[in-house]
Amino acid sequence: MAFTLSVEQERELEAILSRYPNKQAACIPALHLCQAANENWVSPEVITFVADRLGLSTAHVQGVVTFYTLFNRERPGTHQVWVCRTLSCALRGSDQILGHCKKRLKVKEGGTTKDGKVTLRTAECLASCGTAPMMQVDKTYYENLTLEEVDKILDQLVAD
Amino acid sequence: MLKRTSYLSHSYDNPEGHTLAVYEQKGGYQSAKKALGISREAVVEEVKKAHIRGRGGAGFDCGVKWGFMPKDSAKPAYLVVNADEGEPGTFKDRTIMERNPHALVEGCIIGCFGVGAHVAYIYVRDELHLSKQRLWEAIEEARKKGYLGAKPFGRDYPVEVYVHTGAGAYICGEETALLNSLEGKRGEPRLKPPFPAQFGAFGCPSTVNNVETIAVVPTIFQVGGEPFSRVSALHDFNDGGARLFGVSGHVKNPGVYECAVGLTLRELIFDLGGGLSTGTEILGVIPGGSSCPVHRPDEIIDVPGDPRFEPYNGKSILDLPLGVDTYRAVGGMLGTCCAIVLSDEADPVLAFHNLMRFYRHESCGQCTPCREGCGWMERIANKIVEGTATMAELDEISEIASNITGNTICAFGDGAAQPALSFVRKYRKHFEDYILTGGKSQTKRLVA
Ligand SMILES: Cc1cc2nc3c(=O)[nH]c(=O)nc-3n(C[C@H](O)[C@H](O)[C@H](O)COP(=O)(O)O)c2cc1C
Ligand code: SF4
Ligand code: FES
Repeated sequence: MAFTLSVEQERELEAILSRYPNKQAACIPALHLCQAANENWVSPEVITFVADRLGLSTAHVQGVVTFYTLFNRERPGTHQVWVCRTLSCALRGSDQILGHCKKRLKVKEGGTTKDGKVTLRTAECLASCGTAPMMQVDKTYYENLTLEEVDKILDQLVAD
Repeated sequence: MLKRTSYLSHSYDNPEGHTLAVYEQKGGYQSAKKALGISREAVVEEVKKAHIRGRGGAGFDCGVKWGFMPKDSAKPAYLVVNADEGEPGTFKDRTIMERNPHALVEGCIIGCFGVGAHVAYIYVRDELHLSKQRLWEAIEEARKKGYLGAKPFGRDYPVEVYVHTGAGAYICGEETALLNSLEGKRGEPRLKPPFPAQFGAFGCPSTVNNVETIAVVPTIFQVGGEPFSRVSALHDFNDGGARLFGVSGHVKNPGVYECAVGLTLRELIFDLGGGLSTGTEILGVIPGGSSCPVHRPDEIIDVPGDPRFEPYNGKSILDLPLGVDTYRAVGGMLGTCCAIVLSDEADPVLAFHNLMRFYRHESCGQCTPCREGCGWMERIANKIVEGTATMAELDEISEIASNITGNTICAFGDGAAQPALSFVRKYRKHFEDYILTGGKSQTKRLVA
């Protein structure tokens, strides 16, 4: 099925295009827009759509998609959880946070819960080292985490 | 020397600090008005007098960089703000974007004028959703007032500021990778030369500056270039002004603290950071992001032949003022001024292992020494931690790291080699213990 954007999303794409001297520069913002409109993943249809709209080859768009970690090439869970595990967070217990998430959600790193609700990932430094340990859930940062707080956050996600 | 300042952080504690109303109460946008009332050359001169060393890690003088921009180019020019903030341990730019975004927008207006650009792109890593939102709101507020648009402050010099989003790649913080990413390509670094001032964004003259570098520019026009430089204890080192210092890891009060340039690590860790949160002694400090060499507290400053170092020679590295050239002189690197502190409860081998994994994961793969070397170092690190490495492999790490250094397209390679070389050299005994005992002699933990 061909991928399309809503009228409002089309307007957003026009706004993005107006900011740059050429269409190619809109590639990453356009992919973000389409990914959000496509249950958080970049399907082959999305690649064709973006290539078509920006006058790029699908090979170029594919190359961009594979370079960046935040473009999903498979559909993730409804919610995405990233636990930062780089040094500042590791010094303040990110291993325990990650281990706890794995146990609670019964998934490995990169895995999605059976009910499709949560995908658990690790992240490299998210610029929140002063409030470590931390994790990002969808667009929100949770900082200075304790295991109790992690439980509360995960309960909420699973209940959603 | 510990001297707290609040040029950038005056409204950090105010929940409305990100709004135009609060910013203007504090004299916001008066600097842009002033700067647009003089000539472009005069703006660059004033910035040069402040001796602002780039806050993104390399420490290049901001005014000098602006001066490289061509005066009568037929092509348009661009100001590109590096808000990719991905260097492990670094979390200062985010505080500006979330809590004082108007300082960055005002800095962009002055910066555009100074470098001859009419458009500024702020390249923000995608994860920083609140930063992007606050920046867009600030841009909108400034545009409504006419500070952005066709005639800012009545001057016929159109300026537009846009937020651009990354998509998760540490390497896009490297300025030429960032430019490729801005152009809608894979974020692979470019060979230099040509430098961005000649051939930058969209093949046009461009200046790439860190968020903090640009956000502090309005202060220069508020305080005056020379007086602002003198706020620093390192004015004699041409390292002026005040900056945001971060501290994370094993301290009681991790956070971002704005101080005059010239603060020492001891002051940052004990007076601001509240001392160690665990353990009894400092094992090591990485002064400014993980790509800098780690320092042990028992390193003694010894820089002969330079009278500026006389007050410091013979003291611990913890008492050396944090400056671009002071750290360079002792074989270190200041980087982003956000220190990671390891107490003696932490295992340096595991810290090294953590960083090697990071660099292997983030290498863009264009250069063989970096791609292969980072993978190789990580594999050895894995073996050391598992207790299956040999002494010969330990020595290989230094060899691999030395072969990366200077042999790559971008400075990422050096950034991976620095921690490898310094950890292995400075904590050799810990590494040897791992190898000799199969890892059993160690605490095997990073956290208390
Ligand atoms: C691997 C790598 C990552 C970098 N990441 C950042 C970053 O996240 N933010 C930043 O401002 N500079 C980063 N830099 C430095 C930039 O290349 C560039 O020097 C800086 O943005 C220039 O701005 P400044 O002169 O204002 O410091 C990085 C450099 C390298 C080699
Ligand atoms: S040094 Fe590493 S990160 Fe930089 S261009 Fe080469 S392979 Fe890519
Ligand atoms: S190390 Fe986790 S946010 Fe920086």
